[in-house]
Amino acid sequence: MDRFEWCDGNLYTGEQLVEQQTGVALYDGNEKTAFEFGTLILTTHRLMWRDQRNRTCVICLPLSLVIYLEEQPSGFAKSAKIVVHLNSAGANKGSGPFNQSSNSFIRLSFREAGEKGFLRRLQETLQQKKWATSVPGPSGTNPQLPRHRPGIVGIERSLDQRNKETDKNITAAFADLRQLMEKAKDMVNLTRTIATKIKDKQGDITEDETVKFKSYLLSMGIPNPVTRETHGTGDKYYTELARQLASMLTKPVEESGGMMTLTDVYCRVNRARGMELLSPEDLLHACELMEILGLPIRLRTFDSGVMVVQSQSQNEEEIVNTTTVLVSERNSLTAEELSQLLGVSVLLARERLLMTEKHGGVCRDEHIEGLRFYLNLFLHPPS
Amino acid sequence: MRRGTGVGAIKNKNLAQARYKDKGSVIAEDQFSQMTKQMDVFKKNLEEFAAKHKEDIRKDPQFRLQFQEMCASIGVDPLASSKGFWAEMLGVGDFYYELGVQIVEVCLATSHRNGGLISLEELRDRVVASRGRTSQDISYDDLLRAIKKLRILGNGFTVLTVGILQLVQSVPGELTMDHTNILQCAQKSGHVSKSQLHKELKWEAERAHRALDFLVKESMAWVDDQAGGERLYWFPSLFPAAAAS
Repeated sequence: MDRFEWCDGNLYTGEQLVEQQTGVALYDGNEKTAFEFGTLILTTHRLMWRDQRNRTCVICLPLSLVIYLEEQPSGFAKSAKIVVHLNSAGANKGSGPFNQSSNSFIRLSFREAGEKGFLRRLQETLQQKKWATSVPGPSGTNPQLPRHRPGIVGIERSLDQRNKETDKNITAAFADLRQLMEKAKDMVNLTRTIATKIKDKQGDITEDETVKFKSYLLSMGIPNPVTRETHGTGDKYYTELARQLASMLTKPVEESGGMMTLTDVYCRVNRARGMELLSPEDLLHACELMEILGLPIRLRTFDSGVMVVQSQSQNEEEIVNTTTVLVSERNSLTAEELSQLLGVSVLLARERLLMTEKHGGVCRDEHIEGLRFYLNLFLHPPS
Repeated sequence: MRRGTGVGAIKNKNLAQARYKDKGSVIAEDQFSQMTKQMDVFKKNLEEFAAKHKEDIRKDPQFRLQFQEMCASIGVDPLASSKGFWAEMLGVGDFYYELGVQIVEVCLATSHRNGGLISLEELRDRVVASRGRTSQDISYDDLLRAIKKLRILGNGFTVLTVGILQLVQSVPGELTMDHTNILQCAQKSGHVSKSQLHKELKWEAERAHRALDFLVKESMAWVDDQAGGERLYWFPSLFPAAAAS
């Protein structure tokens, strides 16, 4: 361990990152050291170790000192280890955590696995001996700033440096992400057990607790049949949202001919909000509640699967009659033509024609040029 | 419990069941309070994570992808509700919901030309253009996830895989295998002819005719009689994005 010296964790010019592994502990020979929870970093020139709890604590040793490697596979209660046999340090070695050591080997203990991959990369890097070809040097007097160098090469180098910093940050972010997900997984498993209990109606969970539980599921984003079945009852958020939407949309819906597709609603609402946007699911749930709450607009699903928000004042008979009259006035209409007449979108005009056809008001004529509708002369024979 | 008969036995059985139920409820209550506590702890963890990495999620598509995949692997949908922890604290929601709006707008703007069928590549180019020069990087995965959510709105958003291409359909209606096979044939040059279909797919005239007619009717294919020879059918959704813009 006396081959290690303190460093700042920045890469030298010409040095490249090869591999990283979190959860590595360092052993001086066979003895434990204080360097227990760290990230082992392999570069083309050095082996570095950064303390995960104190990120300013970084030690490194040059790869040129490595004589050979051994592998110690994991066993019962023992993590997999790599044994690194080292030469003695050079004369110009900087200060390090250990001034002297009776051991000329160190052991790397992989407590979060990753040993095999790291060993492979370490062996490859040792073979390539990139430190022998390029002469690395610390990147400038102030390691925080990129080295001042004129020309394109200088710009490229500073971009490179910045990318490496970003890389390091992102790797740290990934490690944090993994930890977060482990905790989330535990939460999910627990909620699953409780959800099953509620479903089987075992146990006396009170009404309040059920509501609270459902809100937890919602917050975690866990889809669950319990939530879906009874979301109508006591769900304040969606009720409020439904009312808000109704007050916001009643006028625009009327102005678009009494109907607006849900996609259109989604875009309008979110554009208006700017921040804290609504998810499509939230929008759908809120709209589903509108009819129950007796609001002036409500959700309607057509056979084709298209969903619209429709004014209360619109009723089916009226639409069918209007459309039939329009078609008969002009002998025939396509969805495009009707959309222009009524000032509605082509999609909605098409739905109106299809609905009218369903009620027998019009008949279709399918042709390569498009779908055209004629007055249904079977039901309304010319007098 | 002695297995007896008569009213007495029934009463005993009910008592036993009630006792078991009580026990079940005790267990459930314990777990419930445990969950409430854990939920609070988790919220704190998420807050810490968000404080450090909220910007990373916004800026780095790779990180977003990792995040989404991990959520999926544990059975969590971070985009399900704008009221969820993920949306509120990490702001993942806003990113994808806004992307959804932009996707809808691009599809609407181009549907008169391509009939509601647009290549994922062109969609991405146009969305990135509409977001402006200084905005963050958008990956194909980001688009696909946003589209998956848009589907819920009933407008028929689907993603079709045609050979190596991915096409986004933004109008309702089913495209059959025949239709997608035609699109696959047309991939390289952006057009097909009936004889090409006959040669490559071994279709008889009637079958090719029916499928092509449908695509023309849906405005997904354009007829070209000026190519000197056979009628060609062009697919705007397959035009290379550069030529289209």
